[in-house]
Amino acid sequence: MSIIEIKNVFKTYNETSVPVHALNGINLKIGKGEFTAIVGPSGSGKTTLLNIIGGLDLPSKGDVFIEDVNLKNLSSRQLIDFRLHNIGFVFQAYNLIPVLTALENTEFIMELQQVPKKEREQKAIRLLETVGIGDKKDHKPGQLSGGQQQRVAVARALASQPKYIIADEPTANLDSKATEELLDLMRNMNKQYHTTFIFATHDQRVMDRARRIVTIDDGKIISDEQTEK
Amino acid sequence: MLLAIAWRNIWRNKLRSIVIFAAIGIGIIGAVISDGYMSGLTDQRVNAAIANEVSDIQIHNPKFLINNEIQYLIPNAEKTKKVIQRLSLVKGVTLRLKMPAMASSANAGAGITLYGVNPTDEKKVSDIYNHIVKGKYLTDSGKISTVIGKKLSKKLNLGIGDKLIITLTDTTGTITSGAFNIVGIYKTANDQFDGKTVFVNKRDLASLVGYPVHTGDEMAIRLKSDTDTPIMMKKLKKIFSSEIKQKKLIIQSWSQIQPLLKSMIQMMDYFSYIFLLIILLALAFAIVNTMLMAIMERTREIGMLMALGMNKRKIFVLILYETIFLSVIGAIAGLIISIFIVRFYSIHGFDLSSVAKGLNYIGYSSIIYFRVNTNFYIISILLVIIIAIISGIFPALKALRFQPATAVREDV
Repeated sequence: MSIIEIKNVFKTYNETSVPVHALNGINLKIGKGEFTAIVGPSGSGKTTLLNIIGGLDLPSKGDVFIEDVNLKNLSSRQLIDFRLHNIGFVFQAYNLIPVLTALENTEFIMELQQVPKKEREQKAIRLLETVGIGDKKDHKPGQLSGGQQQRVAVARALASQPKYIIADEPTANLDSKATEELLDLMRNMNKQYHTTFIFATHDQRVMDRARRIVTIDDGKIISDEQTEK
Repeated sequence: MLLAIAWRNIWRNKLRSIVIFAAIGIGIIGAVISDGYMSGLTDQRVNAAIANEVSDIQIHNPKFLINNEIQYLIPNAEKTKKVIQRLSLVKGVTLRLKMPAMASSANAGAGITLYGVNPTDEKKVSDIYNHIVKGKYLTDSGKISTVIGKKLSKKLNLGIGDKLIITLTDTTGTITSGAFNIVGIYKTANDQFDGKTVFVNKRDLASLVGYPVHTGDEMAIRLKSDTDTPIMMKKLKKIFSSEIKQKKLIIQSWSQIQPLLKSMIQMMDYFSYIFLLIILLALAFAIVNTMLMAIMERTREIGMLMALGMNKRKIFVLILYETIFLSVIGAIAGLIISIFIVRFYSIHGFDLSSVAKGLNYIGYSSIIYFRVNTNFYIISILLVIIIAIISGIFPALKALRFQPATAVREDV
């Protein structure tokens, strides 16, 4: 059963001036526990698609269903709340809160969800240990390497117990070793806990690990392949 | 955690925050010192007026206040005085004969207000005896003696031992004169008072105008504490309610006698708050600018917070917290420094000797002892918080306009 269903989605920017058609009729279903990479050249619309799947942007036309919820029908306040409880994010530039420690960054999302202090602290420590940086819990992002920061970002994304995690070019700023480690980590999460991951990437190493590769170009899906990994 | 994030955020660009702290701190110091100076100036004028000129409370025959003529004496003056003297809050009561007169020497003359006083009683009410700069104050036994202000002595070119000719109208309406020996010259901070106020022994004046010595047209009351004036006024009005009803007596506090002083205090208070508000409004622009810079630098971070699911209200509150911290730290530092400065000048006085002449002319001493009400400190902090909230609204609204989808990719 799919947790994400995208039906005939169009996205046009600058509709009133010079329109840019970022997505042109996308239909896509993503099931629970998938490890999917959305790939395509720059400007192909993969980030737009990821933003729409992540509820950060709404389609100009078409529908996005997350389980039974049509994102179009949510008010902006409901959409924020929906993201908080259903979607995890890992960004290219890590985007941790620089003034908070690794532990506080991981706890932060749970605080927004109003998880009690003790519970969220215990869970954050466990998650940091899971992603392999339990010993760096009191370090601030500036004191961590890129790979370590991205691990904190993964821990933070997992902390909210989301239905799926959106990762926009998560390895773009990492060296080969950190990339491998991060991909191992996410793949393990996917295998062990059936966490659904959706990547936008043009990193071959990510594509090599993906179990499904959706290729888009000019805002259209041009191929959708399952891989055996 | 919002508070922790806000607190830590203000230290991200230390130099920029310190500049704002300093600007707000200096602004607050300026406002507090200005209030301390003005309150000190007002206090000094009011205290001097109470001590030397009007005392805390005065009692007259109501007709005397209208016509200022000596026949309007206080009925049963000695009895009234004795009743008042027994009251616990009272430091002293003096019964005076006050009248307009002309003072002259061989080569000049001046219109004066002449006070016939009982020196022993007067010393308990008026501080003039402490302001004698030459000679001595009046004594009960001294004969036909007078104490005049330094300004008048200069004008009339008279000194100790000289004779002052005082011309006035007696009880029969006849112009009469007396020659008084100048035994003392006083100087207060109020040149105008010194130039027109002359003290003689009431016994001598009563005999010159043809009154028994125990009469008087002005009764001045000095309290142990000036702040007890409203309580004492109530008490006296109760005790002498029938006399007041029958329009035999009128009782006035210093603020009623010199309403200008009272309005000066209120005006100074308003002015202090207006000054503080102007400073804070100017600082508000600096705060807005700093917060806008801080927010524009953090577009991606704020977008990320929105993407993660932080609602707009929390983002708004976060920016407000930052603005409040940024403002209040400077304000608290400024207030602490101000408290020390005000304390120092409240003890040692702020010396304005270089402009003493001008100040004395308008009735002020050249040493100003600062005073700041606790209320002013509290209101300052509250105003800073209000201004901070107002200043934070625009940057916070600006932050809310960020779109998470575009903000997270900023500069990537």
